[in-house]
This record gives sequence, C-alpha cells and structure tokens, in this order.
Amino acid sequence: MDPLLLLEQTFNGFQFGIMLFLIAAGLTLVFGIMDMVNLAHGSLVMVGAYLATTFIEWTGSFIGGLALAIPATFAIGVLVEIVALRTLYRRNHLDQVLATFGLILFFNEIVRIVWGPISLYSGLPDYLSGQVEFIPGAPYPVYRLIIIAVGLAVAAGIYLIVAKTRLGMLIRAGASNNEMVGALGINIKSLFTFVFALGAVFAGLAGMMLGPLTSVEPGMGEPWLIQAFVVIIIGGIGSIRGAFIAAILIGMVDTLGRVLLPEFLRVFVAEAAADTAGPALASMLIYILMAAILVVRPQGLFPARNG
Amino acid sequence: MIEPALRIEGLCKSFGSLVATDDLHLDILPGEIHAIIGPNGAGKTTLIAQLSGELRPDRGRVTFAGRDITSMSIPARSALGLARSFQITSIFQDFTALDNVALAIQAHAGHSFRFWRPAQKDPALRDPAQAALEHIGLGDRGDVPAANLSHGEQRQLEIAMALATEPSLLLLDEPMAGMGRDESTRMVELLQGLRGNHTIVLIEHDMDAVFALADRITVLVYGRAIATGAPAQIRADAAVRAAYLGTEAADA
Amino acid sequence: MTKRQIWLSLITLVLFAIVPPLTIIFDQPFYMDMMARIMIFAMAAVSLDLILGYGGMVSFGHAAYMGVGAYAVGILSYYGIDNGFLQFPLAMAASAIIGLAFGAMSLRTTGVYFIMITLAFAQMLYFFAISLEEFGGDDGMSSMRSEFAGLIDLNDSLQFYYLVFICLGVVLYLLHRLVQSRFGMVIRAARSNDKRMQAVGFSTYRYKLAGFTIAATICGLAGALFANLNEFVSPDVMHWTHSGEIMIMVIMGGIGTLIGPVLGASAFLLLEEYLPEWMDMVMKDAGEHWAIIMGPVLIAIVLFGRGGIHALFTSKAKAKGGNHD
Repeated sequence: MDPLLLLEQTFNGFQFGIMLFLIAAGLTLVFGIMDMVNLAHGSLVMVGAYLATTFIEWTGSFIGGLALAIPATFAIGVLVEIVALRTLYRRNHLDQVLATFGLILFFNEIVRIVWGPISLYSGLPDYLSGQVEFIPGAPYPVYRLIIIAVGLAVAAGIYLIVAKTRLGMLIRAGASNNEMVGALGINIKSLFTFVFALGAVFAGLAGMMLGPLTSVEPGMGEPWLIQAFVVIIIGGIGSIRGAFIAAILIGMVDTLGRVLLPEFLRVFVAEAAADTAGPALASMLIYILMAAILVVRPQGLFPARNG
Repeated sequence: MIEPALRIEGLCKSFGSLVATDDLHLDILPGEIHAIIGPNGAGKTTLIAQLSGELRPDRGRVTFAGRDITSMSIPARSALGLARSFQITSIFQDFTALDNVALAIQAHAGHSFRFWRPAQKDPALRDPAQAALEHIGLGDRGDVPAANLSHGEQRQLEIAMALATEPSLLLLDEPMAGMGRDESTRMVELLQGLRGNHTIVLIEHDMDAVFALADRITVLVYGRAIATGAPAQIRADAAVRAAYLGTEAADA
Repeated sequence: MTKRQIWLSLITLVLFAIVPPLTIIFDQPFYMDMMARIMIFAMAAVSLDLILGYGGMVSFGHAAYMGVGAYAVGILSYYGIDNGFLQFPLAMAASAIIGLAFGAMSLRTTGVYFIMITLAFAQMLYFFAISLEEFGGDDGMSSMRSEFAGLIDLNDSLQFYYLVFICLGVVLYLLHRLVQSRFGMVIRAARSNDKRMQAVGFSTYRYKLAGFTIAATICGLAGALFANLNEFVSPDVMHWTHSGEIMIMVIMGGIGTLIGPVLGASAFLLLEEYLPEWMDMVMKDAGEHWAIIMGPVLIAIVLFGRGGIHALFTSKAKAKGGNHD
C-alpha cells in the first residue's frame, strides 16, 4: 500500500467527513429540538448547489456567487419552515416522513423545470483548481483543502455559538427537552425558524462546495441525506459534537475502507474473490459500523436527550 | 419477624447533581396499605419508577417475592406479581374497557404467539375481564371505548388492569389524581376492599384518603424517608409537621 | 369488521378476480399484467401495514425485502434453478432472516431513530445489490419465470395473474386472522401504549420483532412474484423511494386496515400510470413533470386525508382509528 496514496485518501476521507458534518449538523438539531423527521434536508443541499452555480455564472465570480447563494439559501430555509414545516411539528412521525417525502418530489421537480434535467457544470476558478504540495511528493488539490478549512471553520463557529452564546444555550436546552424551553416563555417559533434556516445554510453550503466536485443534478441530495442519517444515528440525536465525531469517523471509514478492504481481503482469499467482495463490503461498511454501534449504544455515542 | 413483601435497601438515584433518592431504606409489610407522602420534588415519582422498573437505581437493592429485582425488566416484575397504576392515566384509548382488562389477563395467560383464534371473542379472556370490571364497578361499561370513559372511570380502569394481572403487590401512583369528592370516596372504598389480599404501596397527595386508608405512612423529603409509622404517629411527628404537613394544612 | 368494510373487501376482491376475463373479452391483455403488478405491490403494502398501521412501527426500508425476495429468485434462476417450489420458499426464508436481523437491531430504538435506521439498513442492501457485479450490478439481470413442475405455467399471463391473486387472497385472509388473534392484540395494543403493555407484563420487543419478520416474509413473497412478472431483477426495486411509495400506498388506501393498502396500491399505481397522460391533455408535455402534482397531493393527503380511500367508503363506522379488521 503506497503510503502517499493512503495519506491522500486520509485527507479525502476527512474532507468527506467534513461535508457530512455540515449536512448532518442542521439535521440533528431539527431532529433534536423539533423532534421532526425532515427528509427534505437533502433538497437543501441540492438547492444550495443550484443557486451557487447560477449566481457564479451571473456574477462571474466564485466568491461572489457564494456570497449571494448563502443568504438566498437562508431565505429559502425560512420560507420552507414557515410555509411547509410549521404544521408538521405537532404531527406524528409518519405524517412528517410522508409530507417531507412529498417535498422532495416537489423540489426535485421544481429544479428540473427551472434548470432542466441535465446536470449542470459547476467549474472552479483557476486560482482554486490547482494542486499544492505541502507534503513533498504528494500534491493535493487546493480546493479540497479549502473545503476542509471552510468546514472546520464552520464547525468551530457552530461550536462557539452552541457552547458560548445564549442562543446556543437555548438550542442545547431545546435538544434536551423542548417542552421545557417553550414553557420558559422563549419564542419557540422564532427559535425553530432560525435553527432550521441555519441548518439549511450549512446544508446549502455543503452543496455549494460539492458542486465543482460532483454533478449538480436533481436528486443529488438524497444519497447525502441517508448518509447524514447514519451520522446522526451514530453521533446521537441533537448532539453537534456527536455529529462531528461521527461524520469524520464515517468519512474516514468509508473512504479508507474502499481503498483498504479489497487489499485486506486479498490476504485471506483469492484475488478474484477479494476484488468482488471488496467493493461490496466496502459499500456496506458504514452501515455495518452503524449496526455495531447500535448494538452497544442504541442512543448513539453522545445523545443529547436524557429520555 | 415477618418477611417484608418489598424491601428497599440503600436506594440511591441522582440526575447529574440532583439527588432524587438519597439512601432510602424501607420495608413494606405483606397485606398492608403503605402510603408514601411528601412535598413535590421529594422523589416519589422517581421512587416508583425504580420500584416498577422504569429506572435503574445508581446504588442499592430492591427485593420482592424473595428475588432481587433491582435490575429486572418491567415485564419480568409483572410476572413476579408486581403491578402498578400510573399517575397520568395510561390505558389503551383505542380499545374498549373490556379489551383493556382482557389484555392484562392475556399478559399472564402464557405466551401470546397465538395467531389464529380471535382474542376478543375468547371466553378465557373475556370472562375474567368482565369479572374484574364488575369487581371495580365498571361491569356495564365493558363495551365503551376507553377514550369515552369519564376521568374517574378511567382511573378505575387503571386499577382494574393492575388487579387483573393477579399481583401480590400494587404500586398505585396517585390513584385519586383529578378526582372529585364522590369519585374519591368510591376509590377509597375500593382500595379498602383490597386490604389483606394485596399489599399496596400508595403515593397520594389527597391527605383525607391517605389517613383513611394507610396502615403505615412514610414521609419522603428530598429523597430521604424522614419518618415511617402509623398515621397517628406521623401526624404528631414534629419533623414531618415542619417539612410537610405544615404546608399541606395551609393548602387544604 | 363492519358490514361496510366486509362489502368493500369483497367487492374489491371480486373486481380483481374478474379482470382477466374482462381483458380477454376486450382484447387488452396489457391490463392483466398491469393489475398483476398492482396486486404484487398491494401485497407489499399490506405487509407494511401490518407493522405500520397495526403495529405503529414506521419502517422506512420495506422495499428492501421485496428486493431480497426478487434477488433470491433471480440468483437461483441464474444458477439454473428454476423450480418455483424451491425458489419461493427460499425467497421467503431469506426475507425472513434478513427481516429478523434488521428488526432485532432496529427495534431496540424508537421514534426518529427507528425510522432512520430502517432506512439506513435498506440503503445498505441497495448498495450491496449494486456491488454484485456477478448478478448485473447496477443494471440488474434478467431471470426466467419459475417452474412449478408443470402444475402451472407462469409464462401464461392468465395463470400468472391468478397465482398472484390467490397469493394475495391467502395473505389477506391469514393477516385477517392474525390481527384479531392474541398476537395481533399485542401488536395493536403496543402501538396504542407500549409502556402500559410492559407494565401489564408483555415483553413487547419479541412480539414486535415477530411481526416485523412476518411482514418481511410476506414482502419477500411479493418480491419473488415481482421477479417473475418482470423477468428481471435490479437493485432499483430496493431504492428507498420505493419504500416511500409503498408507505404512500398504505396511507392513501387506509392505514390500519387490510383492504386499504390494496386500494391504495391501486390508486397510486393507476395515478402513476395515467396522471402524466392527463397532464399532457391539459398542457402539452406537462406529463413528464407529474411529480410536481404528486408531491403536493401527497402532502395534502397527509394533512387532510383522514383514513384514506377506505374511510371514504366506510367512514360512517367509527370516529377514532379503532382497528377491528
């Protein structure tokens, strides 16, 4: 195993994990505070990607595009929360699942109508598309490093908000016991709207940064959604810290697993078998990990709720 | 030396820095009605939860029917003969009163991996259920959906379900909760009728009912039992008066 | 069951029974296969309703068991084993085992966790199927219709239709007895108040797990029939959106009833088939965007549609969802 390749994959795994964290962060708060299943979260990733791509085209600038897309995503988050989600909070989980499922269909179709079904090309400006060799002999794409940096910055920002501000205290209290927070007279509605919109921004940001790496197309958010679920299950509902640790864990396990597992298997079985079984097992790896953790800790690693 | 029906030894439970149960020792004697009273926040609900199996204590031991039940699951405790009623009515709203009790009976009629015969027509379940309803005074309300019963009737149903599991010990969590005068009187009569056949641990705020029913009373304050004894003793106990009955008298 | 409910069930079944002669008379054999497809999904939906409607377990990965059943048939067929008497039981056994395994882990959780976990496990199977290069991977593979030692020829649409019909009928009857049995009462009461069930002495976990496994088994049967219908298996059948669709069928048709999911499957699949056509009639080329109607319709059903199609016909019966089916 080429150690430089391994190192590169480690960074990729970390970057993947950071993306997962951005997407899972908002989701875990919505689950924790509002006790609501929101399947349409992946759609917010998609919306962010599409908005960014469009704004980048309009402004001709990558930074400019993002600068417009972020508040736009926030606005959409507020809109969706007020129009569609508010009625769902008091509903049972089944209703929430179905209604947000309907939202996914709706969003995917809207996107298809406005931008067409073919995936968009989202390119990188020159100054971001190079490689940097901060470890000699191992060039690594600048853009991916930027993603890691941005992701860590956002994570740090979230940590500061949640741990050090009054808003954060409300969020943590809400995740632990949302009825109490309402009983304390806090304007629950505004809190919910803000939390949701914030989560939307994080998800959208992830989408915006993913755009250049993957294809921007209808339905691009859903695979991320399910992986975000796994992050939350492992990390514990309502816990930002849990989401971060779980996301990095999953990012690493998945990326490194795909690289190492076939190799690992070759030690034990014939090459042909290893090459078939390897990828098969690798794609299931994070779910197997999830199952293993569930057996020991059904509430996840850092559940915010006591009940 | 009478073997206690339920023995609590050194029970401790904390939630973070909040001590809900503080080294509690208590023996419940067979056949008695033992009331546990105390101001709000004294840890009564936490205690019941540890006795019924919803919560595991941090330390200490609970012995029942000769077995250490401290870590036993809720259904296992029920199988041993421990039944409870809930403070906030917890019945099967979608089912009739008869169905509610029949389920309690079914729980103790062997396993339920029976897939063929209709349960709601099974006399082995219906007959005892009907008898239990009559015993409790709801004999003619069997076909009423539980959700449509009055509050008092629902509380009665709670008791009926607990009794239907043929327990030796009943944990009753505020059975009078939300009841008017008449309903409370009926409930007290009902519970008095159970004396001797069952051991009853009663959590209640209604002091009239407590003093009418209890053979012995334990006063719980901040998770500790500050006094245990016959009603007259407790009434006269200075510490109890200071901690609890004083404020109760002001409220009554 | 009330009189109305009985009538509704019987009429529905009779309607399905007379489809083949009608299609032959009007020379529209396509509809036989279409209705067979509806019945197969109806079977999957009914199996989901057992745990969802009666048991209160919001399992969002049910399509996975259809996939297991389908792949069991497909893989056996791939290796030249076309004997239906072997394939079908194995398909059901495989679904049962996987349902048991997934259920055992998922049922230790509740609420939001449970929903996500069932979804995640289904996704795992989906990716697993994609990675099976030998069996077509992403593209899937074709499969032969099962042989039943000459007793019945599944290549004949008519015989295939009635096989599905009989399977659905048997499933409906068995579940009808099951939900009224002691076992059924436990599942239903656990949905109503699990805490109470435990306090009264039921170890609800094992009963829920049994229910979950039974539902998976029935869904596996549906999958085996599905593989036969299409003469093709692919990972797509396990895609999580299909789990969502099966759930929609249950809600649309009437959750907590047995004939409801059958009605819901019919309604959903017929809509899926004809809504694009109708939209095209209103506005040219609108049909490909049928999802933009479907999405809000779905949300509306959730928010306003108490009791689904079943309630439309029988709603005089009772107010709250007391299940007597």
